[in-house]
Amino acid sequence: MRYRAFAAIGGAIALAACSTSDSGQSVASTSSAQETGQDAARDDFVPFASTYKRYPGTPTALVGATVYDGAGGRIDNGTVLFADGEVVGIGGADLAIPAGYTRIDASGKYVTPGIIDIHSHLGDYPTPSVQAHSDGNEATSPTTPEVWAEHSVWPQDPGFSRALANGGVTSLQILPGSANLMGGRSVTLKNVPSRTVQGMKFPGAPYGFKMACGENPKRVYGNRGRMPSTRMGNFAVNRQTWLDAKAYADGDRDKRDLAKETLAGVLDGEILVHNHCYRGDEMALVMDMAEEMGYRVSAFHHAVEAYKIGDLLRENEVCSAIWADWYGFKMEAYDGIPENAALIHNQGACVVIHSDSDTGIQRLNQEAAKAQAAGARMGIAISDAEVIRWITLNAAKAMGIDDMTGSLESGKMADVVLWNGDPLSVYSRPEKVWIDGALLFDSSDPKRRPVSDFELGQPGEGDVK
Amino acid sequence: MSTRITFAATLAALAFAATASAQDFAITNATVAVGDGSEPIENATVVVRDGKVAAAGNGVSVPAGMPAMDGTGSWVTPGLVATVTTLGLWDVGAVSESNDSRAGDANFGAALDVAPAINPASQHIAISRAGGITRSAVMSGPSEFIFGGQGAIIDTGADPQPITRPRAFQTVTLGESGARIAGGSRTATHVELRNALDEARAHAAGRWAGDEAQLTRADAEALGPVVSGKQKLFVEAERASDIRAVIGLKREFPRLDLVLVGASEGWLVADAIAAAGIPVIANGLVDLPERFEQLASTQSNIGRMRRAGVKVAINAAAMEQPRYLPQFAGNLVSLQRVPRAAGLSWGEALAAITSVPAEIAGLGERHGVLKPGAVGDVVVWDGDPLEVSSTPVRVYIDGIEQPLTNHQTRLRERYRDLDESDLPKAYDW
Repeated sequence: MRYRAFAAIGGAIALAACSTSDSGQSVASTSSAQETGQDAARDDFVPFASTYKRYPGTPTALVGATVYDGAGGRIDNGTVLFADGEVVGIGGADLAIPAGYTRIDASGKYVTPGIIDIHSHLGDYPTPSVQAHSDGNEATSPTTPEVWAEHSVWPQDPGFSRALANGGVTSLQILPGSANLMGGRSVTLKNVPSRTVQGMKFPGAPYGFKMACGENPKRVYGNRGRMPSTRMGNFAVNRQTWLDAKAYADGDRDKRDLAKETLAGVLDGEILVHNHCYRGDEMALVMDMAEEMGYRVSAFHHAVEAYKIGDLLRENEVCSAIWADWYGFKMEAYDGIPENAALIHNQGACVVIHSDSDTGIQRLNQEAAKAQAAGARMGIAISDAEVIRWITLNAAKAMGIDDMTGSLESGKMADVVLWNGDPLSVYSRPEKVWIDGALLFDSSDPKRRPVSDFELGQPGEGDVK
Repeated sequence: MSTRITFAATLAALAFAATASAQDFAITNATVAVGDGSEPIENATVVVRDGKVAAAGNGVSVPAGMPAMDGTGSWVTPGLVATVTTLGLWDVGAVSESNDSRAGDANFGAALDVAPAINPASQHIAISRAGGITRSAVMSGPSEFIFGGQGAIIDTGADPQPITRPRAFQTVTLGESGARIAGGSRTATHVELRNALDEARAHAAGRWAGDEAQLTRADAEALGPVVSGKQKLFVEAERASDIRAVIGLKREFPRLDLVLVGASEGWLVADAIAAAGIPVIANGLVDLPERFEQLASTQSNIGRMRRAGVKVAINAAAMEQPRYLPQFAGNLVSLQRVPRAAGLSWGEALAAITSVPAEIAGLGERHGVLKPGAVGDVVVWDGDPLEVSSTPVRVYIDGIEQPLTNHQTRLRERYRDLDESDLPKAYDW
């Protein structure tokens, strides 16, 4: 498809981020990593370490709101206190507000933890979506565990600001694309603008590792006459790569090897696997492969058929990161149904609603609401507070940051959204968003919204968007 | 479950017999939204007779003997009108042999006609129908030529005759995509466009240049109704300057019946669009500079154009699936409460997915509204239709109740539980 006339026609829209054009010719920028050297690595030197520091905030009390705590709890007429970057207290109307707190009347409004998108390509497929920005797939080899998504992230992507202002997104995982069986390391970011990607990196977040099942890898490499060209080829390449990695991991690990270091990190349980996989039967095979090789899958992404294997996902404790109702754009998405989330939940397995889209990330709350409603219509009632968990704590859990954010608990990061109405309604929008207690979006203050370098001096600079 | 399937199968069988006649019926005590931009009416009644709306509103009495459904707690709207889509032209987007949404290697452009290619049994038609969409403007995407071919208006009914109006409009793409097709520059697009219109005019006047013509004879003939203004020309343009060029085209070829599609930067030239009287099928929620021609895109685009007096429908092509139309309309309502943003009233938002796209597509005042004489395309919802938690519970097209089952609903029922203690899931159907 050469042209994008009448852009979204023909059901091909979802191919953009997570599939690949065969033209991804970017060269992996690994020289900096190599320069860190062996000795530095041994001294617990952290390459590309986070330099994020929270911005100043004022002690704040949100009073009178309906509060969803992200962990499945709901408080009517609730109070949320935060100061010095942390949640200080959450409770009912009787919760005492300490002296010195700025009191915000939130009656009639709603408070949730900051929304978390477990599957984004902001920065590595930024807008404008020109070829020069196409940095999400190192589609030159089916296994590229050595590449790190953070080296592709353009911090000036205007998409970050829309996710903040319209979606209330405070943390997000940027993944490599799905052209490769092993696409590389992901990076988890705080949705705080920065001149550098290091300035956005979520302090203390574990790395993720992107893998992909099914059509994309076999199409990309099969079209070039090389392995894999089939699903059985996908598994053969994966298994051999894991066997080689195990040999490395079981050895002295003396010689630095960027690819093997990442795979060893997975085998050590320090790097979490995020596996793009649509079909239920393939997810079952992947879980067996993980057992064989000694790692675990944290979440299947785009798992449109997870509802067919909810029992297996529960037993293996694997989350399903899914859209509410996307289907049909590719063969392996043909059986997607709107009841997917509710059916997974009903089996006792973990649901995360994700976007994989620079527009979908602005409406994760609405996608969760659609999935909830589809369940209700088939008799599966899931509470509002539980549904909010799908876009907050469950995402944090699958990303390994649930001890720091994802719910409103004392001591956790003050990542907080004040909504002007029920977040599960189409009519509601974020009114204010705090990250680590700093007010970074305020709909009533024209200047309290980020404008990227790219947008300065351009038509629509600083507009409501 | 078996009862429901039998019921659906009976309906489908009736529809496919093509002899199914519309049933007269009424819905009482419902919240009724007419679709013309007005706000919803509570405790209202809708009467459908002979496949057409007979009456809708308060103070409407149900004729004696007519079956009436108590609509307490329900909402009733006209069927949604999805412009533009590729419904019926593909099964799986990335499975090229199942996808007729563009003809990349064809020798023809403007002459392409989607009408005979539409598959009324398409799952996407069935799924859209279950989402409340009853009519759609279906287009063929420009690919080898800047003209995509002739689009059709279809209904989404479960019957073998989907075409409401064949060859209802022609499509052409300008801007970045048109420039890539035409030869790599907007300069080439403008030459290709004007040359095509000139050749079509010459052909219509009996002065066909034959071998010296750039167009094929079929393409020149197909553009005849465009240059004479008998067929609408849907023009994709995003950047403000490209939109101004479209307005200029109208001065050059005054008979052209133009419709703008996309128009991400429309708000920057809203007054000029309004003055030219060109309606817009606009991208509803695009707010990123996906392309350089969309730098000023904002969700307030539609609201601002409306305020300037432009007739605007929400573009169904600029969302993941046409069934997202009500969600997009609801989002535009939400903007009313966002400081400095421009949204739509609830009534305007519904109109942007019913009567306005129907008017823009040339269906006049007989579609997209619940007014006496309008087609009996009626949707009964279980709540506010623009709210993400709501869904249609009954859909009528030309007064005929439609089945709401499809591949997705069948999968849902099969996997309601994962019990295979007696037989594999494959026997559960």
